[in-house]
Amino acid sequence: MTQWSGYFGLILQGALVTIELTLMGSVLALIMAFLAGMGRVSRFFALRWLATAYIEFFRGTSIFVQLFWAYFVLPFIGISLTPLQAGVLALGLNVGAYAAEVVRGAIQSIGREQYEACTALNLGRWQGMRHIILPQALLVMLPTFGNNAIELLKATAVVSLISLTDLTFQAQVVRAQTGNTLVPFTTILIIYFILALLISWGVRSLERRMARGLDGVRA
Amino acid sequence: MEWDWNFVWEIMPTLIQGVKITILATLLGSVLAAIVGLGIALARRSPNKALSRTVGWAAEFIRGTPLLVQLYFIFYVLPDIGILLPPLVAGVIGLGLHYGTYTAEVYRAGIDNVPRGQWEAAKACNLSASQTWTHIIIPQAIPPMIPALANYFIAMFKETPLLSAITVLELMNQAKSVANTYYRYIEPITLVGAFFLVISLFSVVLLRWLERRYGKIER
Repeated sequence: MTQWSGYFGLILQGALVTIELTLMGSVLALIMAFLAGMGRVSRFFALRWLATAYIEFFRGTSIFVQLFWAYFVLPFIGISLTPLQAGVLALGLNVGAYAAEVVRGAIQSIGREQYEACTALNLGRWQGMRHIILPQALLVMLPTFGNNAIELLKATAVVSLISLTDLTFQAQVVRAQTGNTLVPFTTILIIYFILALLISWGVRSLERRMARGLDGVRA
Repeated sequence: MEWDWNFVWEIMPTLIQGVKITILATLLGSVLAAIVGLGIALARRSPNKALSRTVGWAAEFIRGTPLLVQLYFIFYVLPDIGILLPPLVAGVIGLGLHYGTYTAEVYRAGIDNVPRGQWEAAKACNLSASQTWTHIIIPQAIPPMIPALANYFIAMFKETPLLSAITVLELMNQAKSVANTYYRYIEPITLVGAFFLVISLFSVVLLRWLERRYGKIER
């Protein structure tokens, strides 16, 4: 009879690493999403071009390749990253590119009259964006951001391949030590699913909070 | 470490072999995903509550957990119950199942978009359920879905490097083995990225064409 409690502790440690990666990756992705998303609607050609290049590059290549590139190729040009740093960097930049399109779409979905009202009230471009457009656009972005966060959670499994001790890595360790495959893999599948449910539940309640007082305002 | 073009040409044939497997896996996976997705979409519409609930939950579970772990599950756990699959077959099944849960949503939306009048007209013409599906609903539902389906197939293409984790000799795995033999990482992994970027950009062009050709719904 295998002593499962010790192995279960190992898997829980992995879950903590996965959660940590998801949180840090999401923060980076959120920053990149707003930078690139607003860059795409900028009036400066150079900024628009830069944002488009970033988005197309990171959406066009696979997360897996980006991760390996960050971990194995960057050291040769003098940037050595720990597995955690490489993981956060690749996940954040990749998901950030997808989320940037969400930001752009949401900003463009706000009606023309809102922009005209900003001009009529003599707000500057930045003021209008900050006080009028973004607060409304944020609500449009939220559900898709939730999906993106779940995608990021699922993508964290890949970092086990650059020897980061996340859930998937620990499951492999348990599998190697006990020779049992079914139990560790089923356990982590369930843990991933619970985490995904937590994210979608959290985003939904956040959405409800933010939508409060906006009934009837939005068309 | 410097970029070495001679080395690039030397490893090119090996990488091209990997590209072939990558494309093969994507094509087979797409076919399977298209079929699985239709199956899930139809099962979820079934009047049998037990069937539609079970399939709905299973699809939700598969969508909420990482593909990498599912691949491990198929490749390492199924042999315990006597199903021994070759790596490529296991990979294609994993890709097909995972993306099938996504394409199911596309089918659902496509079927819901067929106007009510069509269903009623089919009933008025005394068509049976299977006749209604094959002659009335499916032919109208499919064309508007094609761009969305293609989108998921491109996404699947970018997930194929995960198959290297279950020893499929696709592009990423060939690049890794080349890199480990010569201990040069810059060229192989950068080339993998370039291959993916080029193929993705081509598929985006194809996608735009599909959108123009089929995306419009004629009413």
